[in-house]
Amino acid sequence: MPGEEILRIEGLSKSFFGVEVLHRVGFTLHAGEVLGLVGENGSGKSTTMNILGGIHRPDAGTITLAGRPYRPAGPRDAQDAGLAFIHQELNLFENLSIEENLFITGFPRRFGRLPLIDRGTIGRRTTELLEMVDVRYPPSTPVAKLSQGERQLVEIAKSLSFDARIIIFDEPTTSLTRRETEKLFAIMERLQAQGIALIYISHILGDVLRICDTVQVLRDGHLVGGGPRARQSIDSLIRLMVGRKIENLFPTRDTAPTSVPALEVRGLTQPGVIKDVGFTVHRGEVLGVAGLMGAGRSELARILFGLDPYAEGEIVVDGQPVDEVTPEHCMARGMAFLTEDRRGEGLMMEASIADNAALPSLRAYATSLFGWIGKTRLDAEVAAVSRRVQINTTDYRGTLVKNLSGGNQQKVVIAKWLLREPKVFILDEPTRGIDVGAKFEVYKIINQLVAEGTAVLFISSEMEELIGMCDRIIVMHRGEITGSHDRHDFDSERILESAMAGSLEAML
Amino acid sequence: MLRTSAAKPATAGARPGMPAWLERLILSEYLVFYLTLAYFLAVWPIVPEIATPSSLYNMLTDMLPLLVVAIGQTFVLIVAGIDLSVTSIIAMASVMGASVMTADGGYLGNSILAVPAGILTFLLVGGLVGWFNGWAVTRLGMPPIIVTLSGLMFLSGAAIWYTTGHSETSSIAGLPRSFVAIGQGSISGVPNALWVALAVGIAAHLLLTHTVFGRWLYAIGINRKAAEVSGVPVGTAILWAFAISGVCAAIASILYTGRLETGTPVLGQRILLDIIAAVVIGGTSLAGGKGKIVWTVGGVFFLVVIDTSLKLLGMSLFVVFAVKGAVILFAAVIDAMRQRIMLRG
Repeated sequence: MPGEEILRIEGLSKSFFGVEVLHRVGFTLHAGEVLGLVGENGSGKSTTMNILGGIHRPDAGTITLAGRPYRPAGPRDAQDAGLAFIHQELNLFENLSIEENLFITGFPRRFGRLPLIDRGTIGRRTTELLEMVDVRYPPSTPVAKLSQGERQLVEIAKSLSFDARIIIFDEPTTSLTRRETEKLFAIMERLQAQGIALIYISHILGDVLRICDTVQVLRDGHLVGGGPRARQSIDSLIRLMVGRKIENLFPTRDTAPTSVPALEVRGLTQPGVIKDVGFTVHRGEVLGVAGLMGAGRSELARILFGLDPYAEGEIVVDGQPVDEVTPEHCMARGMAFLTEDRRGEGLMMEASIADNAALPSLRAYATSLFGWIGKTRLDAEVAAVSRRVQINTTDYRGTLVKNLSGGNQQKVVIAKWLLREPKVFILDEPTRGIDVGAKFEVYKIINQLVAEGTAVLFISSEMEELIGMCDRIIVMHRGEITGSHDRHDFDSERILESAMAGSLEAML
Repeated sequence: MLRTSAAKPATAGARPGMPAWLERLILSEYLVFYLTLAYFLAVWPIVPEIATPSSLYNMLTDMLPLLVVAIGQTFVLIVAGIDLSVTSIIAMASVMGASVMTADGGYLGNSILAVPAGILTFLLVGGLVGWFNGWAVTRLGMPPIIVTLSGLMFLSGAAIWYTTGHSETSSIAGLPRSFVAIGQGSISGVPNALWVALAVGIAAHLLLTHTVFGRWLYAIGINRKAAEVSGVPVGTAILWAFAISGVCAAIASILYTGRLETGTPVLGQRILLDIIAAVVIGGTSLAGGKGKIVWTVGGVFFLVVIDTSLKLLGMSLFVVFAVKGAVILFAAVIDAMRQRIMLRG
C-alpha cells in the first residue's frame, strides 16, 4: 500500500581517510513504507544514516526528499526536513519529565514571545502525542520512571511532535522485552497507516522479515541486494550479508563434557535478587542460562564473580569453596567474567587493544618486588592471544578499542580473559550487538576453550544460540531456577515454558 | 608517517587557515615545552637578565619543590581525583618537623637523632594525611574535592595553632645545619634539592610506566568499572595514589623548610593553584586516565619561567597573578583546540 515516493538516494559515496565506506548506494522510500536495512557491523548502515541525519556529508551522490534536493548541514536541518532518528541509546533526559523532554528544543511560550513557558499547552499537546503511541502516563512523569520500551515510545512521540515524515529506527529492540517489542511493532504499523515512512535497521532478521515491506542489504559499503519482502528469507539475507553461505550457524564441537565439577553453586540467595540457586558446571561443559529479561541471570553472574553481594550460599571452584568472593579472589581461582555491558564495564574504550588485553593479567607478568612488568614477554603474549581470537588489525599497541567494530571489541574482551587461561568462564550475552560473522567466530572460540577443559556458563537471551551451543540449559524465572534441560531434549517451547513459569501474560 | 601525510589534505581542506606544521605542533604531547621555549625567546629581548646563569640557577631551584608536589598530584589526577590539601600538608609538615629538630627547645633538639627523626616526622605527616584522604575517598566514598578541601582548611589552621604552642614568633627557627643543607647545599656542584627531585621524578616515572601499580592507576582513570571487573584492587590503588601525593608534599616541605631555615605555617600557601595548573598545562587530564611525569616537568617549567620573567619585569604581585591567570587560560584554550582537532581526525 505504499504511496508516493518520498525519499530517493542515488549514487551515495563516502570515504574516511581514503577508505571507501559507501560505494554508490541508492534506494527509494515511499510514504507509508517500512524499509528494512540490514548488514554486518561496518557495512555502511550507520554511515548512510549519518549522512541522512546531517552528521556526515557525502563525497558524491544525491538525495531527493519529497521531490527537492536535500543537503543537510547538521542535525537541525534533518529535523526541519521531517527526519527523525530513534537510536539504540536513547537521547532522553532522565531527570526531566515526559513533557519537558518532548518540548526541550522549543517550549511553547505564553503571550507570544515572552520567556514564560506555557505549561497548559505543553500538557495538552503531550497528552495527545502520548495517546498516539499508546503510553498512559501523566505528562509530568519523570522519564527515569519509564521502562526502556516506554522511553522508546516517548522518543517516537517526540518525532511526531515535529511532524516527522520519515522515522529511522536503529536497532530499537536491543534492550526491549518481547512484549515491549510487540507493542513497538504495533505502533510502527499505526505510523505506517498515517503515511509516515519508516527505515528499520536491525540484526534480528526474523523481525525484519515480519514488519518490513522492502529489505535492502549492505555489505562493505555496497548495496548487494534486496527487494520486496516476499522474495527474501533469513537464509538468503544472511547469504547476502556475509557474501557466502553459512552452512551452519553454529560450529560443531567434537568433545564431550567430562564429569569433573569445575564450578558448584549451592543455595545462593540474595533477597529480592536470586533465591536458592544451585547448579554444577563440569570441565569441558557449556551450561546455558535461559530466562526473560529481569529473571536474575546477569545478577547471578555478577554475584558469582564477586561484583555484587549475596546473603547465603556457597560457591565452590575445583572442589574448594571460594572464601571471600571478590573479583580478585575469583580470578585467582581461575574464574573469568565477560560482562554484558561491553562499553561500560568490559573495556577501556580510550585505551589500546594491548592495554585492555593485559589488564587482568598484569600481576602474572610482573616481578614480585615492585611489580615491575616485563613488557616484551607481556607484549608477545598479548599479540598471540589477539591473533588467536582474530582481531582484524595487527597494530595492537596503536589501535584504540573505541575505533573497532562491535564484534572486534568483543573479541578484545574475550582475549583479555583468555590470557588468563580461565578454568571457569562466565559469559553474559557474549554475542549481543555483534554481527553474524563475528558471532560464529565467538562460538568457535568457546568450543575451543571447552575442548581444552574450560567450564563455560553461557547466559543468553537468544534461545537459538543456547540450543545451538549448550550441553545443558538451566532456566531462571524471578531469581529462581525453574527448569533444567539436557541436550537431547532441547525444545525451545518447553524452555520458554519454564522461563515463564506459568505466567504467560508476563510475555504477551 | 607516510600514511598520515597522505590523509592530511582531506582534513586540512576541511578547515582552511591552519597549516599542517601548526596542527602537528598543537597535537604534540610535548607542546608545553615548545610553549615554554617560545615564551622564553619572546621575553629574552625585553629582560635579557633572564638568561644569566644566576637567574637560570634560581629558576631551577625555584621549580624543584613545586615539581615534587606536582609529581604527587599527577598520581591523584590520573585516577580522576584531586588533592587540594597538599599546600596545607607542606605547612603542617614544616612546623611539626621543625618542632622536633629546633635547637630552641625542640623535642629532639641538639640530639644526634634530630635530623633523621625530623625528616621522618615530615614524611609521616604527609603519608598519614594522604592516607587519610585516600581512606575517606575510597572507604567512605566521599568526593576527593570535599575531603581534601576540608583537609586544607583544617590543616592550615592547625599548623598556625601548632606553631603558637612551640614558638614566640610566627615560625620555628634554629634548625640543624645538616638539615638546612638539604635545601641549600650541593654535591659536586649539583644542588641537593635537584638530587632529591631527580630521585622522586625518576621513581615516579618508573612507577607509572613500568609497574603493575602504574598500569592500574591509568586503568582506573580510564574506566573504573572495567578496572574493577578486571580484578584491579581499585580502592587500594586510589588510596596509595593519595598517600603518594601526601608524601611528595612532605618531601617538598623538606626542601622549602631547608631553604628558608625555618618551619613556618604559611609555607606554600599561594602555590596551590600553581601546582594544579602546572600538572594540567603539562597535559594530564582532570578527567583521569591520562598523565605523564615528563609532562608535569614541562608544566612546572612553564609556570616558573613565566613567574621569573614577570618578577624581572618588576611587576607587582597583582599583575603577576593576572598575567599568570591569562597565560593558564591561554594554555587551556590550546588544549581545547587540541581536543577538537583530535575529534575531527
